Amino acid sequence: MIYHELNLDIPAGKVTGILGPSGTGKTTLLRLIGGQIRPDKGSVTVAGLDVPSLDRGALFMLRKRMSLLFQTGALFTDLNVFENVAFPLREHTHIPEHMIRDLVLLRLESVGLRGIAEDMPQSLSGGMARRVALARSMALDPEMIMYDEPFTGQDPISMGVLVKLIRSLNDALGMTSVLVSHDVNETLSIADQVYVLSAGKVLESGSPEAIKRSTNPAVKQFLFGEPDGPVPFHVPAESLAKSLLHSGLDQSR
Amino acid sequence: MSVLQKWGKLGLRALSILGRAALFLSASWRLGGPWRPALGRLIHQIYQQGVLSLAIILVAGFFVGMVLALQGYNILVSYGSEEALGQMVALSLLREFGPVVTALLFAGRAGSALTAEIGLMKTTDQLSAMEMMGVDPMVRIMAPRMWAGFVCVPILSLMFSAVGVYGGALVAVDMLGIYEGSYWANMQASVDIYDDLLKGLVKCFVFGLVVTWIAVYQGWDAEPTSEGISRATTYTVVFASLAVLGIDFVLTAVMLGGF
Repeated sequence: MIYHELNLDIPAGKVTGILGPSGTGKTTLLRLIGGQIRPDKGSVTVAGLDVPSLDRGALFMLRKRMSLLFQTGALFTDLNVFENVAFPLREHTHIPEHMIRDLVLLRLESVGLRGIAEDMPQSLSGGMARRVALARSMALDPEMIMYDEPFTGQDPISMGVLVKLIRSLNDALGMTSVLVSHDVNETLSIADQVYVLSAGKVLESGSPEAIKRSTNPAVKQFLFGEPDGPVPFHVPAESLAKSLLHSGLDQSR
Repeated sequence: MSVLQKWGKLGLRALSILGRAALFLSASWRLGGPWRPALGRLIHQIYQQGVLSLAIILVAGFFVGMVLALQGYNILVSYGSEEALGQMVALSLLREFGPVVTALLFAGRAGSALTAEIGLMKTTDQLSAMEMMGVDPMVRIMAPRMWAGFVCVPILSLMFSAVGVYGGALVAVDMLGIYEGSYWANMQASVDIYDDLLKGLVKCFVFGLVVTWIAVYQGWDAEPTSEGISRATTYTVVFASLAVLGIDFVLTAVMLGGF
């Protein structure tokens, strides 16, 4: 079991940040919302639709209204940067080629990568690939975008631009944004509300200011990156002395 | 765990894989979408699987034809029937060697490439990204590959047989000194369109479907790690080769009226 009575409410038109240590199920949460995996128990409702109960056709219709930025970027390696961003436009619209070109170039301009439109994904750095993926996820102006670690691997300048871009996109288009990240300061700076998850539970939720003022020791430990606290750095295991002693005994046999 | 339990577990696992593969097959044949891009994707796959396999198929066909002529001559000459060499080469190629060797080579060249390509797309989240965009990978990725394999194997097999017949003629006429007229005339007189050519083509279509199905499914079902892709690629070649040989026996028995 990954979650214990997890209950999240993501308001439309807002930026919702989801913070938490590694392995706490943040990416899994996005996959549940997108219907890529089904929960054994409980419900996931998006735009009034119960996602796990949708059939394949209805699920694909719902997905046309949402977008997910993958941690890896997930660019199509047989298409160049331009074609990657054009992909959703070609698949789901009938707009003429010259308009597709303009839209793609505008999207690439917004992530600062118009100059590499003809490059193949293999020649991009991890951070650049994620920015192209961000341009692709914005291509259809979806009602909801889920960002899975959008700031990972970005240099400080790119990170600053992306933070502003996510916020301004949300405000200009009125879309709903779900931002999963380890980058506490960036997330708190643009989110309208934040959930802090750990061990499959919501530790704290509220506005960024409320999260910063939280007295929950686990939340404080995570926000300030303290090595000691209720959230263990080490994955549960038997004591190191016992492990070493056992391996010594095993070798002497 | 008792031996019976182990066998039971293995049987259930095999049944579950077969069930999933059957569901996959039922979902992966629909090309879908507007016809022009769908046709473009199909032609691209025919190029990837068929045209790029041409070299290996033609070279192999040529050598197989030459070996058949050499071996056939050594058997037929002891009965004084070496004039029937053209007939033997053509029938062996059209009925057996053409479909079977083409399918085996196709599994090794195109099948393994298909598995690795789809497995890697899965590992790098490309298939998931497509799904999240509301684009069905079954329609966009799997179906063009399935149809291309189904179409390519019969065409490649015909080319294999044609080149093999010429390879056989080269050995029979130029090396072994068999009269050219009898090589070709015996072949023309004995090869039947329905019994030899069409039945051989039926095998090719079945092999094309089975090999591509196994290759695409293994990629789709691969564990998304480098070891997983490596294992899936091996499974494709092994399972497809064994399936081709097993199905060949069944089809041959049915076609010859053995059952």
